[in-house]
Formats: sequence, structure tokens, C-alpha cells
Amino acid sequence: MDFSYSKTEELFLQMIRSFAENEVKPLAAEVDETERFPMETVKKMAKLGLMGIPVPRQYGGAGGSVQMYIMAVEELSRVCATTGVILSAHTSLCMAPILENGTEEQKMKYLPKLASGGWIGAFGLTEPNAGTDAAMQQTMAVDAGDKYILNGTKIFITNAAYADVFIVMAMTDKSKGTKGISAFIVEKGFKGFSIGKKELKMGIRGSATCELIFENCEVPKENLLGPLGKGFNIAMKTLDGGRIGIASQALGIAQGAMDETVKYTKERKQFGKAIAQFQNTQFQMADLKTKVEAARLLVRSAAWKKDKGLPYSADAAMAKLFAAETAMEVTTKAVQFHGGYGYTREYPVERMMRDAKITEIYEGTSEVQRMVIAGHLFK
Amino acid sequence: MNIIVCIKQVPDTTEIKIDPVKNTLIREGVPSIMNPDDKGGLELALQMKDKYGANVTVITMGPPQADLILREAFAMGVDRAILLSDRKFAGADTLATSYALAGAIKTLDYDLIIAGRQAIDGDTAQVGPEMAEHLGLPQVSYVIDAEREKNGNFIVKKENEDSVQTLEVEGKCVLTVLASAFEARYMTVAGIVDAYDKEVEVWGADKLDVDENKLGLKGSPTKVWQSFPKQLKAPGEVFEVSEEEAVEIIVKKLKEKHLI
Ligand SMILES: Cc1cc2nc3c(=O)[nH]c(=O)nc-3n(C[C@H](O)[C@H](O)[C@H](O)COP(=O)(O)OP(=O)(O)OC[C@H]3O[C@@H](n4cnc5c(N)ncnc54)[C@H](O)[C@@H]3O)c2cc1C
Ligand SMILES: Cc1cc2nc3c(=O)[nH]c(=O)nc-3n(C[C@H](O)[C@H](O)[C@H](O)COP(=O)(O)OP(=O)(O)OC[C@H]3O[C@@H](n4cnc5c(N)ncnc54)[C@H](O)[C@@H]3O)c2cc1C
Repeated sequence: MDFSYSKTEELFLQMIRSFAENEVKPLAAEVDETERFPMETVKKMAKLGLMGIPVPRQYGGAGGSVQMYIMAVEELSRVCATTGVILSAHTSLCMAPILENGTEEQKMKYLPKLASGGWIGAFGLTEPNAGTDAAMQQTMAVDAGDKYILNGTKIFITNAAYADVFIVMAMTDKSKGTKGISAFIVEKGFKGFSIGKKELKMGIRGSATCELIFENCEVPKENLLGPLGKGFNIAMKTLDGGRIGIASQALGIAQGAMDETVKYTKERKQFGKAIAQFQNTQFQMADLKTKVEAARLLVRSAAWKKDKGLPYSADAAMAKLFAAETAMEVTTKAVQFHGGYGYTREYPVERMMRDAKITEIYEGTSEVQRMVIAGHLFK
Repeated sequence: MNIIVCIKQVPDTTEIKIDPVKNTLIREGVPSIMNPDDKGGLELALQMKDKYGANVTVITMGPPQADLILREAFAMGVDRAILLSDRKFAGADTLATSYALAGAIKTLDYDLIIAGRQAIDGDTAQVGPEMAEHLGLPQVSYVIDAEREKNGNFIVKKENEDSVQTLEVEGKCVLTVLASAFEARYMTVAGIVDAYDKEVEVWGADKLDVDENKLGLKGSPTKVWQSFPKQLKAPGEVFEVSEEEAVEIIVKKLKEKHLI
């Protein structure tokens, strides 16, 4: 593995950094404050091909790498974690399962619209009674000849209120346990499908997290994704990939909090000197910087394996676990270094601390990551 | 239409360091970027490409590392990129630089030549106008807008200190452009993915229509007498807001600096 960025990645970093700085950062505080989905940013990202980075050209994508995609999530999250997760859920949780499991017809029908950003994607697995224990799916899909009829409710679905395409898990055969779960591609306009209440959240407040409600929802037969009864596998594999995205979201939040803290502690003076000059500040920041760099290596190595087609499930879990816990630690300490100012909304670090928390929860809590890692260790 | 844009790689800093002995710029350790006015010029060319359809060629004279800004130009949407790189170009002042660029341009098909008004390192604003002289072409400097007429003429807006002039130029010409008038587009992801698969043509002096004695140090009548960093004042920020908002902004700024 080459640890440096390739020339193409360098060029991409130059672009995504200036995009994040000029187009995303100025909106971040307002998006958080008003819990507003930054649609104008999504449209700008669409124009540049950012909504389809790792999707091959033949399906309307930019033909980039997973590595480039996770760099985008990191750089966006560095200034606005809401924007980072919009891209991550869209790419990892909606386009990736279609790309990896879809028929040629499904790919041709959905990917060009998603990759161009004309459509936004989402993923519905979690239910009120099926969180960590995702196998306890209660949403039912009944075979009705040329279609499936879906009934049930999903909760906490990222992008839901603005999404056009949803990957939805439902039970097609309750007697078979996880082997009775199947995956479906559901479109916004399908009869019997509606979006329920929007959650009021601690962080990533601009990403619309909502319920999905299926009341005799009619899904055409050809929208079954992958083989019947393989939905649970598809969901788990999708989350493996998604975790690299969330790990880079966490990494971006941590890096953003580092940036703010370095700047602030150099400016703020107490006892006649900049607080950056106190050894306590320096030693703690040195430790945090080391953790952020370690997280970046884990994230890049997991993405590298995915690009190479190597197994990456445990790598993704380790990257997410470590990056999420690093983000929580860095942001908490960033607020501490900012003192009272850090606790106010005048400075972005309190938002970053609220945003960081979700990375320890969604796409598998940190406990779940430990289960995955241990599962590989003791198999 | 064929458009040629001259772009230069410059150090990304307003705080330029100067070698006290050689009186030349110290470039090591300073990240390099496409000169801002040139990026504005490139944006004008790409807007014309979008509007009228055009082939856009970028040319830079510089060391092999200048390849980077040509890749960036590819990712923004240009069709062809040429790097003039040869030891014979070394030590060129503005006259020798403009002569070499003109010598390259003479070998190409073009309808319009665009340069930046000024490079942020050399800062002379001479290369564009000198190039026009070498090529015997009309020129408009400080350009903030340009359109092409059906008959091939250009309607060009030029910024003066206190006014804007609108000119019509007959046929081929050189425009030097202000960055402030053209918000440059971002590179696209697909453009970036393809940028290093495209060919940057590297031309030596032998490819140009030039007298080699007029190139590089030999062709440079200018001798640097003294170089020194200009004392920069902070650029300041302008807010066009109501009085109340102004008070809020001032208070916020003072608080940020912990002055109150
Ligand atoms: C903002 C947000 C966005 C989300 N986006 C999506 C989305 O787009 N799509 C989607 O499908 N879901 C989404 N989710 C759901 C998310 O993935 C779940 O919330 C998460 O998996 C945890 O499930 P739960 O909330 O039911 O917690 P629970 O499963 O009830 O867990 C509660 C606690 O118990 C612990 N725990 C549970 N089981 C064990 C065990 N066996 N051993 C040890 N500890 C255990 C957990 O780690 C956790 O700390 C989102 C959630 C949020 C908050
Ligand atoms: C007195 C003097 C001595 C110098 N001596 C040396 C030296 O010894 N060694 C050395 O390396 N440099 C030297 N330089 C710098 C060299 O002259 C400049 O690189 C070059 O002449 C451009 O001048 P400028 O930066 O003032 O550009 P300007 O005239 O301000 O640039 C105007 C526009 O011309 C175009 N342009 C300018 N340069 C290039 C280029 N290279 N390729 C493509 N387009 C271009 C761009 O569109 C630019 O926006 C010297 C400069 C001066 C003024």
C-alpha cells in the first residue's frame, strides 16, 4: 500500500476542499440551527459529479474510487457533518447495494438518476423493534402475483424526506428467520408508501431523519433486489461498506474540531500567553492528533481493500469504531479547550461535539463494531 | 472557434520570500496554484465554449511541475494542454516569456487568445500585452466580459479605474482578464478521474517559431536591481449592511479577537 495520495487524489482533494470551504462551511451553522436539509448544496454537488463518485461511467457515475468517495465524506464532514452523511447514505446505502446486487435493468433504471444527483437515495432497515437486533424485522412483504405488498414501519431513516429511491428490507418468509428477509427497491411515489414523522435530533440536524410507512404498499416484482431471502445478507454487506463512509464522517468531524482548536488556542490568551503555549494543551493535542492520523490510516486502508476487491468487513468495523470514538474524544476536548466560548453557538465546536455522537450509534453502534471485530477474531 | 489561454503556475502566498543573494523568488515549500487571473481567463474561455462551442487549449511556460495546473485545466474542461519546458527558457524576463509564448501560439490555429491581467508573483501585467505585440494583434486589458459576434468580432467590456468601457474588436485579439469578473468553476469529479489519462504535450524550444537567441536569460534585457517584500496591509472585509447589523458584526469581530 502506498500511504501518499495519488496524483488524482491530490487533485480531487484540492477541489473538494475548496468546495467544502466555499460552498458548505458558510451554511453549516444555519443548517444546524434551523434543522434544514441543504438542498442547494446537494444540487451543487450533483453538478460536479459528487453524488456518483464511485459509480462506473456506464451507469452515469464519475468512475472514481471508493477512496475518493470517502475523501469527499471526510472533507465535507470537516465543515458540516450533515452534508457528509447525506452523501454517505446516498452513496453507500442506496447506490452501492443496487450496484452490487442489482440486475442490469435495475442498474440502468436507477443508477444514472442517482449518480447524477437528480435523485437522492436512502436505506430502510431499522424498525421500532429491530435496531441492533436487525433480524427482528416486522415489515412484511407478501407475494401478490406481479407485485409484493409491503406493510410495516421503518424508523430513523436518513435522507427520507428528500429521497426518491429507498432500499427497504422486509420479511418475505417469517418461518425462515434471517433467510426470510428480502431487499426491495422502493420509489417515492409507490402506492401505499409515505414518509412519517421527522425526528428532532441532537446532531446532524439538517439530515432529514424520518419514519417510512408502508400501508399495503405495492412494489413491482422486478423491484426485488438480489435473490429472494437474501435481504439480510445484502443489508449486512451494505452496512460493511457504509461503515467506511461513517468512519470518514467521524474522521472529518474530528479533523474539523482539531482545525478549530489549533486556531483558537493560538489566538486566545490567558496568563499573558496563548493557551496553545501551555504544555497541557500541547500534550493533549499531540495525543489527539496521533489518534486522528491513526483513524485516517484505518479508514484509508479499509477503503483501499474495498477498491481492491479484498474482504474488508472487519477493517470497516475497526475504522468506524476507532474513528467514531476519536471524533467523540476530540470534539469533547475541543469544547474544553475553547472554555465557555466553546459551549456557545458562537463557535462551531459545540455543534461538532453533538454531531460526533451519532457516529458511535448509526450503521451499527460501537458495541456492534466490537461484535463484528470479535466475530472475525474468534471465528 | 479555437481559444488559447495562457496560464501560469504561481506560489500560493501573498507573502513572497526573496533570495537575498540572487534576488529571485524562493519557491520551495510554498504550494503552487494556477494564477487567479488566469483561472478567471480560463473560466471566460470555458463559458464561451459552453455558449458558442469552442476548442480550448491552455499553454504554460514553466518547469515540469507546472504539469499540475494543466491537469487542473483538463479537469475544468479544456481540450488540449501544452507545457513549454526547456532549459533554454530559463531566466526569462517578461519579454522573453511573452516571446516564447507567442512563438508557440504562432504554430497553432486560433481565433482568440486569453491571458490573465497579472501574475501574483511577478506582478508586472506585461506578458499579455507584450504577447499581443509579438503577434501583431489588437489587445484589450482588464477585461470583465467578452462576447463573440456572428461576424467573428468580439464585444469586450474593460474595467477602468472609475468606468467600464465597451469595445468592439475586429477578429483575432488578445484579452487580459480580471479574476474578480469570472468566478471560476470547480473541477468535476469525472474530469479529475480522467485528467491524468490525457496527454500534456511538452514542447521544447525547437517546436516554437522563434529565434533562440531571444529566449531565456539571453533574451532578457531586464536585470533585477533589488527585490523586497511589499509591506501588506490586511485586506479588510466589506459588509454592506444596516447600521444595527454593522454594530453586531463589529462587536462579534471584537469578541472573536477577545478585545472586549
Ligand atoms: C440520526 C440517525 C440516523 C439513522 N439512519 C438510519 C438509516 O438511514 N437507515 C437505517 O436503517 N437505520 C438508521 N438509523 C438507525 C440506527 O442504525 C440504529 O439506531 C442503531 O442501529 C441502534 O439501534 P437502536 O436505536 O434500536 O438501539 P438498540 O438496539 O435498542 O440499542 C441500545 C443500546 O444497547 C446496546 N446493545 C444492543 N444489543 C446489544 C448487545 N447484544 N450487546 C451489547 N450491547 C447491545 C446498543 O449498542 C446500544 O448502546 C439511524 C439512527 C439515527 C439516530
Ligand atoms: C525583472 C524580472 C526578472 C525576472 N527574472 C526571472 C528569473 O531570473 N528566473 C525566473 O524564473 N523568473 C524570472 N522572472 C519572472 C518571469 O519574468 C515571469 O515568470 C514571467 O515573465 C511572467 O511575468 P509576470 O509574472 O509579471 O506575469 P504577468 O505579466 O503579470 O502575467 C500576465 C499574464 O501572462 C500570462 N503568463 C505569464 N507568464 C506565463 C507563463 N510562464 N506561462 C503562461 N502564461 C504566462 C498569464 O496569463 C498571466 O496572467 C523575472 C521577472 C521580472 C519582472
